[in-house]
Amino acid sequence: MNLDLILGILQIVLIATTPLVFAGIGELVTEKSGVLNLGVEGMMLVGAVSAFIILVITGSYFLAFFVSILSGIIMSGLFAFLVLFLMSNQIATGLALTIFGIGLSSMLGKQYIGTPIDGLSPWFFVIFSFLIVFLVSYFFYKTKVGLILRAVGESHNSAHALGYSVIKIRFLSILFGGSMCALAGSYISICYAPMWQEGMTAGRGWIALALVVFATWKPERVLIGAYIFGGVTILQMNLQALGLRFPGQFFSMAPYVATIIVLVLISSNKLRIKLSAPASLTIPFYKGR
Amino acid sequence: MIRIITFLSTFLVFAFGSAYADPKKVGFIYIGPPGDHGWTYMHDVGRKYMESQLGDSITTTYLENIPENADAVRAIRKLADSGHDLIFTTSFNYMDQTHEVAKDFPDIKFEHATGYIQADNVATYSARFYEGRMIEGHIAGHMTETNTIGYIASFPIPEVVRGINAFYLAASKVNPDIKMKIIWVFTWYDPGKEADAANTLINQGADIIVQHTDTYAPCQAAQKAGVYAFGQASNQEEFCPDAHLTSIEDIWGPYYAERAKAVVDGTWSSGDTWDGMDKGMVVMSPYNTKLMPASLIQEAVNMEVGIKDGTIHPFTGPIYNQAGELVVPEGEVAPDGMLLGMNFYVQGIDGEVPQ
Repeated sequence: MNLDLILGILQIVLIATTPLVFAGIGELVTEKSGVLNLGVEGMMLVGAVSAFIILVITGSYFLAFFVSILSGIIMSGLFAFLVLFLMSNQIATGLALTIFGIGLSSMLGKQYIGTPIDGLSPWFFVIFSFLIVFLVSYFFYKTKVGLILRAVGESHNSAHALGYSVIKIRFLSILFGGSMCALAGSYISICYAPMWQEGMTAGRGWIALALVVFATWKPERVLIGAYIFGGVTILQMNLQALGLRFPGQFFSMAPYVATIIVLVLISSNKLRIKLSAPASLTIPFYKGR
Repeated sequence: MIRIITFLSTFLVFAFGSAYADPKKVGFIYIGPPGDHGWTYMHDVGRKYMESQLGDSITTTYLENIPENADAVRAIRKLADSGHDLIFTTSFNYMDQTHEVAKDFPDIKFEHATGYIQADNVATYSARFYEGRMIEGHIAGHMTETNTIGYIASFPIPEVVRGINAFYLAASKVNPDIKMKIIWVFTWYDPGKEADAANTLINQGADIIVQHTDTYAPCQAAQKAGVYAFGQASNQEEFCPDAHLTSIEDIWGPYYAERAKAVVDGTWSSGDTWDGMDKGMVVMSPYNTKLMPASLIQEAVNMEVGIKDGTIHPFTGPIYNQAGELVVPEGEVAPDGMLLGMNFYVQGIDGEVPQ
């Protein structure tokens, strides 16, 4: 193995893993405030298609990402309205958001399929993804607002009794999650594989959801989990290309097996997962009570 | 999660009953969106060609993004229930579902793409894409400088393995030092993963990327890295003009028109069709004159002529398997039966077919 080869592999891993980090960290913040949003995949797709369409129309990368993040805020705002104000079931609403996002993105993007665009270099976003993880970590554990957000996720009634606005904090957390998912989507359609194709996120939203559990709701661990997943995926491709004789099924299941193994290791300490999973996750908050 | 698009006319014709059902109704099941610029796109081009040829004597319907599971049964049954006379199911893994529905509707004709099991009302059809792979292999053998070819494979089915072998046999003939690096991605459709595979192969020294997946992400990755690539299913030159050497195009239109006409005339019968370049079912995209020397283009064109008139066959003996056993003797060509069930690499390819 020479240095160039290893550097090359590293580059591919970084580029492939970045969307998982964005979506994962966004969902983590949402869940930390006590709300489970299963609409990640749908928000990613809408983010991807809106960035692509704006780029084709205006030619401006800035506008493309701006509108994409806006689309994530609108999508997650819709979700927030339903689950926070109308008290709809979070799991059902999140699934509906994904289904809605898949359909909406296909409809919007229909005439843009196969439009050639110039892709954008991914490196800014790769660096930004690391930065955002550490910012979120700092926010959670070193700032008062972060502490309040976590408190809302643990016991919304206590937080409410202390005079904090549970609804407002959850609303903002959901919007942050939505904008991160949209950013992940636009990164995919503008930097990672510069094109628009229906359903092009290909399940990465669901992986991001699994990553949050894998990370036991800790920001740095989302980063670690994402890189284990991305790293194993790319590594198995490299082993295949080197002509190693391995059963193919082993290759394709390796990333999932790695995820499950770590999940088992983590959950074997029941107390630990209990401590880090937000106690109020998926429980609706009734202000009047 | 499945979005179903049906033409309004279909329902109208159905609503007015059989008295008005004079034009024959032809339905299609697509695995992807018609805009994928790959597999489904070419089936849709074929459908439109059929419409243009047969005019008012048929109406067509399609259902897109149908997964290869129990949803496919529902989709096919939906077409059958709404009075279609001929239904094309355009992916290999619709096989069981097609037969399941066909049993219940003996009067409806079914056509299953790339399948190998027929019934009284189920015909199968496919194209000899491997003829195109041979030409790609020949070009790659001449164009590569690192003697390393990167091949992105989808699923280990005979169709894909056949393509790899045809490619390698032709490439190693002009360039015995050639090495194939193969990555199985176990998906037809994931632009991100396809790009990762292409970048991994390029990183390992491949200077030509071949793909058997459905999007143009690998060709784009090749363009970015400054290496060559072959497109898939349709002409993909506009997405990667400095990398794209040629593509194998799937031309279904004439076959679809012929089969629909047979239904209109009442002469349809089941069977298996496996046509290639001679019938125009497999066509090479225009060779890239900016990248390829004129002499090589001429060789490729000559090869096309040879394949069409039968003097050239991609699987001409002697062909050995990886264990060194002679599978096709000198002077003979591989029988269709062997090609249809091909699940081994020929001698010279490293690694093994995932089982």
